Amino acid sequence: MTPEGRLAENILHFARALRKAGVKVGPVQVAAATQAVAVAGFTRRDDFYHILRACLITRADHLDIYHQVFMMFWRDPAYLERMIQMMSPLLRREEGEKDKPRPGERRATEAMGDLPPPDPQGAREARELVETDARFSFSLSEVLRAQDFEQMSLSERSQAEAALRALRLPLPRLAGRRARASLATGRADLRATLRRAMRRGGEVDRILRRQPMPRRPDLVVLCDISGSMTVYSRMLLMFLHAMAQDPHRGFERLHAFTFGTRLTNVTRALARRDPDSALAAAGAQARDWQGGTRIGAALAEFNRLWSRRVLGQGALVLLITDGLERDDSATLSAAAERLHLSCRRLVWLNPLLRWDGFKPLAGGIKALLPHVDALHACHSLDSLSELARALSEGAARRNLS
Amino acid sequence: MTDAPQGEPATIDAMQALLHGQRYVAGRDLATVAFLALRLGKPLFLEGEPGTGKTEIAKALASALGRKLIRLQCYEGLDAASAIAEWNFPAQMIAIRTAEAAGGVDRAALHSSLFTEDFLIRRPLLEALSPQPGGAPVLLIDEIDRADAPFEAFLLEALSDSQVTIPELGTIRAATPPIVILTSNRTREVHDALKRRCLYHWVGYPSLAREIEILRARVPEASEKLSAEIVAFVQGLRMEEMFKSPGVAESIDWARALLALDALALSPEIVTDTLGAVLKYQDDIARVAGSEAARILDEARARLARGA
Repeated sequence: MTPEGRLAENILHFARALRKAGVKVGPVQVAAATQAVAVAGFTRRDDFYHILRACLITRADHLDIYHQVFMMFWRDPAYLERMIQMMSPLLRREEGEKDKPRPGERRATEAMGDLPPPDPQGAREARELVETDARFSFSLSEVLRAQDFEQMSLSERSQAEAALRALRLPLPRLAGRRARASLATGRADLRATLRRAMRRGGEVDRILRRQPMPRRPDLVVLCDISGSMTVYSRMLLMFLHAMAQDPHRGFERLHAFTFGTRLTNVTRALARRDPDSALAAAGAQARDWQGGTRIGAALAEFNRLWSRRVLGQGALVLLITDGLERDDSATLSAAAERLHLSCRRLVWLNPLLRWDGFKPLAGGIKALLPHVDALHACHSLDSLSELARALSEGAARRNLS
Repeated sequence: MTDAPQGEPATIDAMQALLHGQRYVAGRDLATVAFLALRLGKPLFLEGEPGTGKTEIAKALASALGRKLIRLQCYEGLDAASAIAEWNFPAQMIAIRTAEAAGGVDRAALHSSLFTEDFLIRRPLLEALSPQPGGAPVLLIDEIDRADAPFEAFLLEALSDSQVTIPELGTIRAATPPIVILTSNRTREVHDALKRRCLYHWVGYPSLAREIEILRARVPEASEKLSAEIVAFVQGLRMEEMFKSPGVAESIDWARALLALDALALSPEIVTDTLGAVLKYQDDIARVAGSEAARILDEARARLARGA
């Protein structure tokens, strides 16, 4: 085989590795990349890196993955040989060395087949461990830990992404004060009418009209990240990230806050394109990860410092918490009432609703319940899509008493 | 450094003195940005809690410099037509009918005469870009956070190039750019693109001594003791985590209210009776009224005694 032929083949394998990592690469792009490398000449590694990137990557949020896949794929020729073997139908998995994973690396590694499939036994143990932790963390000591988010796995990400792409939060539109041209209904637009008439030599042949344009509300999300919520909050933050990045979203602006024992604004962190680095940034900001819960204090702080800044324009508030309050419920009740009065609609997402026998017995839940407009489950992707439907239908509060 | 234009302060000290002359007590920081805004010809973006004197500085500047103050109050749905100019439609219709009745309508002439300044109803932005007696006016764009994002985007042209576009007339450019002051109560985050074109200043609550100075300047009728007690009490309230902390405007209102009641000093009873001038939320009033008021008053007096 000629060296050129070999290089073209390697580029093809590289493109397949990228596809496995979730980057969409078409055959035309691969052909273009091969041609580009031929034109530019294969002399320097960093040139090669940029040529392939220019040809194969079309979205900014794929840059990190590309970098990792590239670094792994073109590391050394021997490794490359193994890779090529691996990409063939009879592949053999080998353990690669593992450092502290960087954003995108886990997905890249998994796509390269470097990582053993997740061990279901281990996952179950981890889950049990987390739940034990949740019970213990329901204590008075404030656990200040900057939690390093476990990076998303490829299968988890692709599943969630597929589900979340289909998922829109069709928030109710608000009556806007801005108008747009309309054909039949609305108030007469005299200015446009006269301009039209002057174009036709002064003949007013039709009254042009304008009607109010509905506007999208702002969305404010308050997400509980205390110990008892650990299992859900990561998934919910992923959901938030997908919403924040969705160009066709049904809301104007998204403001995201996390709370456990203190309130943190993670809006800017979620603006990062790559989900891994966004979640890592949010995790670094919220230092009370997996600690105790002080919902009342957190809501009071939100009311005092943020509500006037982010609820001004008819915002809809999603409160994500299990309602297991550690402090006294009188504070919580007062803070929830104030929050309810300040926003257009307060929707409570509670993962505990996954149990059919759920009864609002805990003090915090009882204190919160009278002040929310709607209560929904949020423990799975299914329940989130349920939520989307319920929001669009404007479903009333689920009757629990 | 170039010399200051006629009538404008040449130094930061002069700016501070100028504002003081209008009974506006400005800190060194605020005087500095106001001075820079004038000197650099950049809009001044003032953000801060309600009632901290953001709007007031525009009024003080305008009257001190002898310029006209043009105020554009923002609200949701404010559009270019109500900010720049509207056409006087009834007058235009009458002009058309008169021309038709007179017969022999020259359509081209009619067209060009209908869209002239005669039929234009001028709104604040256009007014601010037109020459005014006394020189370039002070344009106050008040509570920009109440307007929506599209209006902010529209302001970018007006602020960075001092020009506006009326489709039927063309682009109108100011010979001398106005002094622009934007205020925001931060009920919404204003977009970075707009802030980037301005000098930004956060107007916070003043210190005890400065607030007493402000109160003495604005309500000189109040005795020194009453002023000091009012300010110390209000500052004590700000330390309690109120849902809405009282601003300087509330201190001034309260001083006037107490004067109207002929109060010479604060007492827990009179504080409870007049709390409505200071606190505007029932939760806050219920929390402070009664024994809490007495405690805050005692602490305020202790602070004054320490300070004096």
